[in-house]
Amino acid sequence: METRELICVTCPMGCRITVEMEEGKVLSVSGNSCPRGEAYARQECIQPMRILTSTVRIENGIHRVLPVITEKEIPLEKMEAAMAEVREVTVNAPVEVNDVILEDIAGTGVNLIASRSMQKI
Amino acid sequence: MKHYQAIVIGGGSAGLSAAVTLKKNGIEDIVVLEKDCEPGGILEQCIHNGFGLQTFKEQLSGPAYAERYVKMAQELNVEIKLNTMVTELHKDRTVRYVSSAEGDVTISADAVILAVGCYERARGAINITGTRPAGIYTAGQAQRYLNIEGYMVGKKVFILGSGDIGLIMARRMTLEGAKVYGVAEIMPYSNGLPRNIRQCLEDFDIPLYLSHTVTKTFGKDRLEKIELMQVDEKMNPIPGTEQYFDVDTLLLSVGLIPENHLAEDAGIIMDPAIRGPKVDDTYMTSAEGIFACGNGLHVHDLVDFVSLQAARAAEGAAKYLKEHKDRGRAVAVKPGENVGYTVPTCVHPQDACANVEFFFRVRKPMDEAVLEIRSGDQVLRTMKKRKLMPSEMERAVLTAKEIASLKEEVIIAVKEAA
Repeated sequence: METRELICVTCPMGCRITVEMEEGKVLSVSGNSCPRGEAYARQECIQPMRILTSTVRIENGIHRVLPVITEKEIPLEKMEAAMAEVREVTVNAPVEVNDVILEDIAGTGVNLIASRSMQKI
Repeated sequence: MKHYQAIVIGGGSAGLSAAVTLKKNGIEDIVVLEKDCEPGGILEQCIHNGFGLQTFKEQLSGPAYAERYVKMAQELNVEIKLNTMVTELHKDRTVRYVSSAEGDVTISADAVILAVGCYERARGAINITGTRPAGIYTAGQAQRYLNIEGYMVGKKVFILGSGDIGLIMARRMTLEGAKVYGVAEIMPYSNGLPRNIRQCLEDFDIPLYLSHTVTKTFGKDRLEKIELMQVDEKMNPIPGTEQYFDVDTLLLSVGLIPENHLAEDAGIIMDPAIRGPKVDDTYMTSAEGIFACGNGLHVHDLVDFVSLQAARAAEGAAKYLKEHKDRGRAVAVKPGENVGYTVPTCVHPQDACANVEFFFRVRKPMDEAVLEIRSGDQVLRTMKKRKLMPSEMERAVLTAKEIASLKEEVIIAVKEAA
């Protein structure tokens, strides 16, 4: 049996989670303080998933860039491919929070959305 | 001179929460003074996620978290003066500010809430020798350039200090195409949240050099190279451990300090342990009617607790405005063994109307420990604690009943389990 010590990244609590595994299968999860922690630990042992946050260019906004976030976690290994797509995007103000900026980023099935509203200048 | 019921200085996470809470408590005639061109404060540049889990039960980016509070403030018709810099605060609760719209103005209020945030410790405070080229930034300054102004600050990066902003910038710069060579931490343990070590460094194979520091910078116009050295237990560099990294950018994430010059100039009594004002259980400072909260009081690690604390300070201010009464003698609350500070620093047993939550930090990492709250020779509370770290703020509550019966000063201590 293999034991893995993880730090949950789901929220800033940062729970220390212990996962017991055998032949690539999760036997038990302990140390988490919520169900999200258990889901995180199970997923982390198979394929690490992360939220991506970045910025895209915005025209006519009060700032030059608009912060964006993936609606859900995407595979960690897709980060680079996702960033390559993010760099190509330019949007126009005004933008509302949660507006879809990019659909199906890097073929993950997850949308990239605006993480704030930005008025037009 | 225009007079308000309450003035809130600062329109960031603390100020917005304080203003919303004042309104909800029936304090209508208030104004928020904010120096930036929009409300939200430092949250606007913290574009990463992880905010709001306590407050909204969901995980938001910094700007999205701020937007929720801005909306609440708008719905409650909170007046926010933007591009407005407060230059003076006095004990009589007069506040002087400047803005391009109004010029140089002095206003007054029955209550003032300081929600002024904190600033970053800079290079001058940590004595790195060498030249003074471009390319050396505090991590938060670089974060602002990148996330709000839209400028990339460098391509080959080293980070000094394992504070959370430094860790988050390590990931951010990597995703933006920079090469981050490493993060150095002078202490033998990390100063950032464990989750950020995981998701910002380990996810991207960025090395963390514990017990190391940057000892020298090289370069004339632009940074060209840094010298990294291991340090001994007294934090002195060990000769022979020099390593060199060819980098064009050094980010400093070496600590945050409450922005306290307004309070100091007003003659408010400061607590050297937190470098912010001393406050009682209603978050009132030593100056009557002046309250303090958020990172301007003591540096927090989660914005959710900033909002929570600011709401309590606003409730304290509302209570003060409604009651205006003498709250009787104060009993001090002090840090004991292994505890760096406590907030609040005193309570009023004769006016113990609610439970009081104390915020504190331990001085060193401890695996197994026991929290002990005592008053005189009476132990009020013992609680087993696991995995305590200076980077993670701890909380403990005393009930109104317990506070009402206090006679001697309260000590909050953490003892290592045998």
